[in-house]
Amino acid sequence: MTKSLLLAGVGGQGTILASKILAEGLIRLGYDVKMSEIHGMAQRGGSVNTQLRFGKKVYSPMIGSGEADLLLAFEKIEAVRYINYLRPGGILIVNDYEIYSTTVLTGQEKYPDDVLDKLKHSVENTIVINAAQIAGNLGNIRAHNMVLLGAAVKQLGIMNVNWQDIIKAYLPEKFHEVNLKAFEEGTKQPKL
Amino acid sequence: MKEILTGNEAIARGAYEAGCQVATAYPGTPSTEILENISSYKEIYSQWSVNEKVALEVAGGAAIAGAKALCAMKHVGLNVAADPLFTLAYTGINGGLVVVTADDPGLHSSQNEQDNRYYALHAKVPMIEPSDSQECLDYIKYAFKLSEEYDLPVLFRVTTRVCHSKSLVTVGSRQEVGVKEYKKDVKKYCMIPGFAKMRHPVLEEKLKKLREYSNESHLNQIIWGRKGVGIITSGISYQHAREIMGDDASYLKLGLTFPLPEKLVREFAQSVEKLYVIEENEPYIETFVRTLGISCIGKDVLPICGELNPEIIQKVLAPEKARKTYTVDVQVPSRPPVLCAGCPHRGVFYPLGKYKDAVITGDIGCYSLGILPPLNATDTLICMGAGISAGIGFEKAFMQANKDTKVFGVMGDSTFFHSGITSLIDAVYNKSKLAVIILDNRTTAMTGHQENPGTGKTLSGDVSPVIDIKEIVKAVGVKPENIVVVDPYDLVQTQEAVKQAYEAVEPFVIIAKRPCALLKNTSKPRANSKCTINQAKCTKCKLCLRLGCPAIAFKNDVMVIDEAACNGCTLCIQVCKTGAVERMCK
Repeated sequence: MTKSLLLAGVGGQGTILASKILAEGLIRLGYDVKMSEIHGMAQRGGSVNTQLRFGKKVYSPMIGSGEADLLLAFEKIEAVRYINYLRPGGILIVNDYEIYSTTVLTGQEKYPDDVLDKLKHSVENTIVINAAQIAGNLGNIRAHNMVLLGAAVKQLGIMNVNWQDIIKAYLPEKFHEVNLKAFEEGTKQPKL
Repeated sequence: MKEILTGNEAIARGAYEAGCQVATAYPGTPSTEILENISSYKEIYSQWSVNEKVALEVAGGAAIAGAKALCAMKHVGLNVAADPLFTLAYTGINGGLVVVTADDPGLHSSQNEQDNRYYALHAKVPMIEPSDSQECLDYIKYAFKLSEEYDLPVLFRVTTRVCHSKSLVTVGSRQEVGVKEYKKDVKKYCMIPGFAKMRHPVLEEKLKKLREYSNESHLNQIIWGRKGVGIITSGISYQHAREIMGDDASYLKLGLTFPLPEKLVREFAQSVEKLYVIEENEPYIETFVRTLGISCIGKDVLPICGELNPEIIQKVLAPEKARKTYTVDVQVPSRPPVLCAGCPHRGVFYPLGKYKDAVITGDIGCYSLGILPPLNATDTLICMGAGISAGIGFEKAFMQANKDTKVFGVMGDSTFFHSGITSLIDAVYNKSKLAVIILDNRTTAMTGHQENPGTGKTLSGDVSPVIDIKEIVKAVGVKPENIVVVDPYDLVQTQEAVKQAYEAVEPFVIIAKRPCALLKNTSKPRANSKCTINQAKCTKCKLCLRLGCPAIAFKNDVMVIDEAACNGCTLCIQVCKTGAVERMCK
């Protein structure tokens, strides 16, 4: 049975790195893995998403609406933007973090203020993490992607991989410590 | 051991294994990473060319000289390179030539979604379409063989979802072949009318053989499942269709898609009850099937516009499988891409946007992000080079209408080398009053910081001569007094130059020179220029918001600058009338 994961965030948040590490772990578990992402314009502060599918044999790299088993949202509004991809009973992990788009910055649009409540109200399996704060406390806010990765790994029940090993392989040595700690903090979230 | 590779990485690997010796490209999403990856194989000579036409001519020349050559570009790049392609089909290519066209259904990063499969038909060259990364690797090797065997360039057509999706690949080793011997043969390689006339029937003869061969190629295969539904498909569409229908349908999966296999299509069509053709964008395969007198279902139920995905196919073939999902009652603000914090282009667009009566013809690059509010500083965007040439047209039309509306043409450094120089010559030659602004950010930024003739480095990182934009502008005849080089981080200086250009009655060129804020060696030294807002002085006039900088926000009733996002361009200091914006380190 093929499983589908969607990682959504804002260009520059490290969604692609998190998905690369996730894919590597899934390959080590012996799965066929396909991953799809969009480069280019999306990098300039736009909305970005990575689609990751794994199973015995995967054909399409793309996820349809109501298909994702897990939606890992790096930003609150991005959780709402992609919520229609989540299957009924699927898990939403959302970072309690706001990034204003230019349309909000310049006052053309409003950033809604009750996003988390509405998400929790609609999606029964919602996990809220303040990953930015956790990473910030560890000394580098940029490591918030590893907190979220840790949380996803826990919920997917795939802790039986040497994730530390993979994280080290994808990051320069001076960032190892903070990222490994961030990952570990993420895995401390209780499993639903 | 299997590796997870993008389609682009797999194409590079395949070229390496095939023994490719020369590779060329001009960067363009979604094709850019092909050459970036090829450059890591030292056995292959690789280069960024100034544009796609030059890239294909270099690769074509290398192939005629006996090398196995590859040339990669995005779909619109093939419009630029079409000229050599059509004639290389006549001359043939001694060593082997594979032309990769990376199409962009869904326009993720392009100005149109043209379907380049028609180029194969039009230029009369064989075409191959892979559907995942393993096929990218295997089919590139196959493409080189086919090219050599038929002495023809081969079009290798991929799409964004093939280029940028990752899947598992088994890699092999390189087959070292050596450069073939080159023999002078003017009747084959000099296409004067008399000789070209003789080469055309040769091409037709090759195509006749290829039409037969297409039925036998293992790239075109039938995968039998249930025969109630038969699907003819190619590329990523095959993966989507197989995902939805599994063994509930049979598939004619096409990998060699020009010439299309007539016998195979007939055989398949006769064996299934209901025949579908599933393909992205144009009805390329469908039209072929219909010309054989075979009825099928295709674009009458599937969209021509946009990219396909499993869900769209499911709605047509298996609507009963539709899934439920969640909705959340929140008005979602849009999040368009923007000029980065500290982007030097902002320093040009901000003063330029003040000339509301002027027309600004824009071009392809990061500066296309200056189109949207709050900068609103562009009227047109057509293609590479039109930033200058369309501007000439505007100016001439206004002249005919007895209007003296000022026209600014804007383009970047890499685009100027690509196709701006000829346009600028046209402006000077035809006495245009166009004001040109060259946004020289010392890199090819939009596609991810590739080297170009102005950066002093080649694709492989070798030091090379820096081509001086100012000297080119001077050499094509713009008067020295009408050329100004400015630092776009200096608003006063830039404003003055824009004013001068606005008032000029001759071709005028501003070169706004400042490296992209995201280049590592420029962002580091600017870290101590990061800005902050002194709340005691801030009157909340929001003037700084008009810069459209993503680091500046009005949050919880105060103006704030996001320290992590700020790249220290200091433009906000310069626009603030109350002196409320300060440098963090003084």
